[in-house]
Amino acid sequence: MADVTRPLSLAAHRDADEIDRRNLDWYIDKAVQVLVFIGGISAIVFVIGIFVFVTAEGLGFLVDAFDFGEFFGSPRWKPTSEYRTTYGILALIAGTASVTGLAMLVAIPFSLGAAIYIAEFATGKTRETLKVLVELLAAVPSVVWGFIGLVIMNPLIIETFDVPVGLSVLNAGIILGLMAAPIMTSIAEDSLKAVPDRYREAAEAMGATRCQLVFKVVLPAAKNGLLGAVLLGVGRGFGETMAVLMASGHSINLPDSIFDSVRALTATIAAELGETAVGSDHYQALFTIGIFLFVITFVINLTADLIVRGIRKG
Amino acid sequence: MVEALREIAIDADMPSRLAQVTEPAQAKLEVRNLSIAYGGTPALVGVNLEIQENEIFGIIGPANSGKTSFLKALNRMDMFNSDMQVSGEVFFNGRNVRQWRNVYALRSRIGVVFPLPVGLPMTVYDNVALAPRLSGITNKAELNEIVERCLSRAALWDEVKDRLNSLGSLLSGGQQQRLTIARALSQEPDLLMLDEFSIAVDPVTTMRIEDVLKELRKEMTIILVTNLTQQARRLADRTAFFLSGSCVEVGDTEALFTGQVEDTRTADYIAGRFG
Amino acid sequence: MFAATHLNVQNMRRQSLVQILFMLMTAILILPVLIILATLIYKGGPAISFEFLFSDPRDGMTAGGIFPALVGTVWLVAVALLVSVPLGVAAAIYLSEFAPQNWFTRIINLAIINLAGVPSIVHALFGVGAFVLFFGFGTSILAAALTLAIMTLPVVIVATRESLQAVPLAFREACWNMGATRWQTIHRVVLPNAVSGILTGVILEVSRTTGETAPIMFTGAAFFLPFLPESVFDQTMALSLHLFVVSTQVPGVPDEMPYGVALVLIGMVLAMNSVSIAFRMYLRGKKKW
Repeated sequence: MADVTRPLSLAAHRDADEIDRRNLDWYIDKAVQVLVFIGGISAIVFVIGIFVFVTAEGLGFLVDAFDFGEFFGSPRWKPTSEYRTTYGILALIAGTASVTGLAMLVAIPFSLGAAIYIAEFATGKTRETLKVLVELLAAVPSVVWGFIGLVIMNPLIIETFDVPVGLSVLNAGIILGLMAAPIMTSIAEDSLKAVPDRYREAAEAMGATRCQLVFKVVLPAAKNGLLGAVLLGVGRGFGETMAVLMASGHSINLPDSIFDSVRALTATIAAELGETAVGSDHYQALFTIGIFLFVITFVINLTADLIVRGIRKG
Repeated sequence: MVEALREIAIDADMPSRLAQVTEPAQAKLEVRNLSIAYGGTPALVGVNLEIQENEIFGIIGPANSGKTSFLKALNRMDMFNSDMQVSGEVFFNGRNVRQWRNVYALRSRIGVVFPLPVGLPMTVYDNVALAPRLSGITNKAELNEIVERCLSRAALWDEVKDRLNSLGSLLSGGQQQRLTIARALSQEPDLLMLDEFSIAVDPVTTMRIEDVLKELRKEMTIILVTNLTQQARRLADRTAFFLSGSCVEVGDTEALFTGQVEDTRTADYIAGRFG
Repeated sequence: MFAATHLNVQNMRRQSLVQILFMLMTAILILPVLIILATLIYKGGPAISFEFLFSDPRDGMTAGGIFPALVGTVWLVAVALLVSVPLGVAAAIYLSEFAPQNWFTRIINLAIINLAGVPSIVHALFGVGAFVLFFGFGTSILAAALTLAIMTLPVVIVATRESLQAVPLAFREACWNMGATRWQTIHRVVLPNAVSGILTGVILEVSRTTGETAPIMFTGAAFFLPFLPESVFDQTMALSLHLFVVSTQVPGVPDEMPYGVALVLIGMVLAMNSVSIAFRMYLRGKKKW
């Protein structure tokens, strides 16, 4: 048994002026504070860095050869033409927009439906299993999705619809939809779960059925979060590269139907950057497309964030 | 980080410590015109009081009267809450706590026990050995001794001596509260502050802890914030009555409880007519 | 008196109908993917052998194995982790433990969201502009891994921040009250209780990094390189890019070969994610407070 009355030995380690002495621990604490702050601002530095470096590489084109009307108004992307090179990205924008649009048509209803089922109807083991599946699906790499579009969807579309090519808006749209859906599902599910339980209890106390509860109470309360989920899905579809490159057919086209092949903005950069000389007009034009992509996704992400934050404040 | 740099920079400007020891050091703790606000809303206004060496100083008052904020200002926990603004002066051992250059050394001399017991998610042994380790003790035998002594004094040793390696955060509420006290004691504090320690503890444990406190008063000064007026009567030498952000009065405990009050609100509160 | 009225029955019927509808939507979302996975396993399975995994590609990549690509992916992931884990954990510690609630912290959070949202091909352009050209690393493992690190930084930051915030504030306050500095508190109380959560985040990041293709196409990954990298300044093959190459760029590749590559890639990614999920569930069952 220890002597309980003897003063603790701590006193031996404590001297009178420690209160004025900033010891090693004090300085370590300050040093850590500075170090982690550097980590914290690194995210800002990188975002600015991306903008600066991509702009710097594309600057020559922007200053010398950039023609706003041609760039955004012309469907002719002919950077290697021997007669007259033209840099019009209208067809590329149309390609990206048509594929993303179709993808959202596929993804929005199914991912919201799945989110509602997982958050409001499924229980216990089913719920857990579905959540794990959705998470695993979200992890499938885009190049694998592209491969699936190439070797599985392509012959399937040719056979089913009796068309000559299966690499088209339809193929890339479905692939992109399947890709974006799991992420949208889990974000949408989060925002449904964020609706306070007292709302549900109040509605149930009033005798509302599950459906009334979901459609009249939960969905309206979570609408900002759901909108945010959709926007993030759009952003993801917009910026997707490998899957679209492999599944869309990659031919410059203003599409008339979903069976046309198209080419996306991202895919153009991926396919052509390796063949251009550093500093050439073509090379710089590709970086200019990069700036355009950066700005668009920046705006989409900012909007999604503002919308999602809107609910937290209100 | 800017703050970190500034603190290092003003280091050089601090008045020499010799100039500061001029304050008379009779009172253990002296509070002058202390006011606390959270984001502009006052929580405590103009408190003046003195606490003597080796006394148990009780603070009673209804909820939201600024008692907990008062304790936080004493050991400068406002540093961790940018919302909390403190003005006025607090002298601990005759030194203004705002001018301690190493505020961590200040806190290591003040033990704190919270309303809800906090067993840290580490072993019982590590819970009690944490403060000594923070102050640089690594000798195993020395740590063993400190752990046993502090747990014994907190009346917990017999219950946990066979499971010092179980998680402190999984002990029962009463045990965790005594573990918190043992941890505070392991700091070898000059001052022990207890904030409504009996809220989440059963009556038997409460009585045991009260006995422990009676023993401890021989070695340290104790501030006992309590919502049980009778507990203050049982333990405190002097008692302060806080009401809606101000200190209504300070007086000898027995005197207050026998009706010798300056303010009728104190008598009303003690008699249980409100609060 | 308590018998269901006509209206009630109708309501209940409608309810189960809606429920079934939502269930079907979930099934439609998940089933095709499971079928696709099954196809990959069915067609790619036979291609996978010891020789496939551990030998070099031969005959213009129409035969042989994927060993250099596997090794290259390990190199890329390892170098990327060396950069992004310390940086990401530091950022998360700052945001969770130090950052005040103000506009500046808000901007950091926006930057993290944007870093995660910028298209991968734009990250690739950044990698070319910054690491390959400006810093003069050339097309190398270093340039590619740095690009990957920056791209996956948000994964580490978000996972670490979440597991730090899961440690209750009361533990920190108890520690601060004992005279511990912020760092002592983080190091002795917060990190030990968050480290497993951080680890699951790191596994997720490894999985993300393994699958990324676009950011490494022009920064350090090569189509075909029949020898192994010796330093971070060498180029390398990578599994994800290899899948792209054998399925689109090389004529005369036997059918099962790209299936085999895809299966290895998706197997690695899903295995890591499963480990991360299982680990998380195990931790959830093992409450420490």
